[in-house]
Amino acid sequence: MTVLVDRDTKVVVQGITGHQGTVHTRQMQRFGTRVVAGVTPGKAGTQVEGVPVYDAVADAVRATGANTSCIFVPAPFARDALFEAVDAGIRLAVVVTEHIPFHDMLSMYHYALARGTRIIGPNCPGIGAPGVAKVGIIPNVVFRPGPVGVISRSGTLTYEIVSGISEKGLGETTCIGLGGDPVVGTSFVDALPLFEADPDTKLIVLVGEIGGTAEEDAADYIRAYVHKPVVAYIAGASAPPGKRMGHAGAIVLRGRGTAESKQSALRAAGVSVARFPYEIPELVADRLRAASHR
Amino acid sequence: MVKLAEWRGKEIYRRYGIPLPRGTVVRSPDEAAEAVRTKTVPLPCVAKAQVLAGGRGKGGAVRFATTADELRSTVADLLALEFKGEKVREVLVEERLSIEQEFYVAITLDRSRRLPVLIASRQGGVEIESVEESAIDRQWVHPFTGLSGYHRRQVARTLGLDGAPARALAGILDGLWRAFVAEDAELVEINPLARVGESLVALDAKVIIEDDATFRHPQYAAIPDDRTPLEEVAREKGIAFVQLDGNIGVIANGAGLTMATLDVLKEYGGAPGVFLDLGGTDDPKKVTEAFLLMAEARPAAVFLNIFGGVTRCDTVAEGLVAALASVPSDRRFPLVARIRGNNEAEGIALLRQAGIASIPDLREAGRAVVAAASGGRR
Repeated sequence: MTVLVDRDTKVVVQGITGHQGTVHTRQMQRFGTRVVAGVTPGKAGTQVEGVPVYDAVADAVRATGANTSCIFVPAPFARDALFEAVDAGIRLAVVVTEHIPFHDMLSMYHYALARGTRIIGPNCPGIGAPGVAKVGIIPNVVFRPGPVGVISRSGTLTYEIVSGISEKGLGETTCIGLGGDPVVGTSFVDALPLFEADPDTKLIVLVGEIGGTAEEDAADYIRAYVHKPVVAYIAGASAPPGKRMGHAGAIVLRGRGTAESKQSALRAAGVSVARFPYEIPELVADRLRAASHR
Repeated sequence: MVKLAEWRGKEIYRRYGIPLPRGTVVRSPDEAAEAVRTKTVPLPCVAKAQVLAGGRGKGGAVRFATTADELRSTVADLLALEFKGEKVREVLVEERLSIEQEFYVAITLDRSRRLPVLIASRQGGVEIESVEESAIDRQWVHPFTGLSGYHRRQVARTLGLDGAPARALAGILDGLWRAFVAEDAELVEINPLARVGESLVALDAKVIIEDDATFRHPQYAAIPDDRTPLEEVAREKGIAFVQLDGNIGVIANGAGLTMATLDVLKEYGGAPGVFLDLGGTDDPKKVTEAFLLMAEARPAAVFLNIFGGVTRCDTVAEGLVAALASVPSDRRFPLVARIRGNNEAEGIALLRQAGIASIPDLREAGRAVVAAASGGRR
């Protein structure tokens, strides 16, 4: 099985007529995703990559039965786009847009939570389940079907690590890029139970970064509730404190959110911690082998 | 993250009805003397250097004056000061109040709970990090309800206030909450919040505005921050650029991959000096600009580590080849490239034509950069 997406996933792309919306609609189609509709206010009646465009998400849902949204609209309009998706009955919204103010994301998160819609992102690569569906922007070439579930706060580092797992001949059930912003719709703790419950996922790879305490929270959750083997990597062990490393999440402030604290919390929860990305495939292979001998 | 100087933070607090000491910001000793003459600032007064670094009191950046002449020379001294590497350009001059008690109040984001958190402590005037957990009160505020009466009453209990001071506190907390939301702040902090008789006064202001919200608040985008000059140029071009202490330049895309690259270089004994995160781009010109910026930082060697997603490998290669042609000969640097992902084959072919090999293995590539940097100049 896969996590969050399946063969019934029908995607509406919000912001489909923008450059990124168009490019990634094509890539999602090539992956095999059922992209059933696009939305751009004022562009109803046109088509993008053969996909009909509607003025409103509600119109798209009525006409096509879309149940999942992939949001590319610019940051100033992202909150409105998400509210629209939730109110139209979308169950899963992947927000690719970056630079959304966290105050906007706070209301997006709490509204979606109240209405039962799951958000992945913002500022995220999205979800990929090889052979089934992709919602987001992860390059198609990195995937290979297999037993590993991947949860990551990073973007391109996720691609690097997933492709390493694929090249080793292992492969993935589903990969979820959570995004690295201060407020995310789905955290490690929210995503771990999905993979724990998925019978095809035999091992979980967790890719974290310095900053915040999401990895420490994940370690607590793993110790209490996760029985599958977990392999983790935390980027930024060499980053100096106080410097913001690229995006809002990655900063070590006042000694909190360091790589050491995350690594030791994860190790204490029985997680195999890689020091570098290239150590992950080997650790995954070892833990899978050990698990199959039990 | 736009960190505001104290006086700018206080300007915001004033707009939200938070009581402040009487005073003004000055940029010369004459302006300070004039502020006393016009009674904008009553004597005795306090002069505070407007720098972003903390520890001003202990570091001699906050001083007292009892006469106009004394204030004039104090302000002159402060304006000649360089505090923790930051030149003092502005001094906040305010009345000196007789303080009975100092408290701490702040609102910031709790990432784990995904809620704003209101923090209060009876122990103000010291860094909140040094206050023991049991003396800190935290309440979470849902964005749909906003700050409510029970939040205010609990802070009053925490601070031991009732009557007129408790009513003053309620107004201050309301103002702080409205400022946090309406100004898109990451942090609004009053430390110390001083009790002066029956009233409360915000003696200091620490406000951090979120970068991503500057489309709603263009006035904050122009405020100087603690970036280096090259970091500032990069910011204007939309490139994340961070200067560290080493001599190896790293160009990557995405924060996670950039940090992983630094981790690997360190493992092989390299010292990353500049890192530049291209982010997602499919504009070769932006790549060229990034390389020229990197050349300005005079690295001993550069490691280009790209995983093509939104950013395609051929775009990067095209921008790189154009940049190498226009880097002045005295700014050339050894380059090690590793490009993977979307349009990888096209990118590698473009690089090969320019005489650059792409090393697919991260370990090998890392070793090659460190070797190139130690062979070159520092």
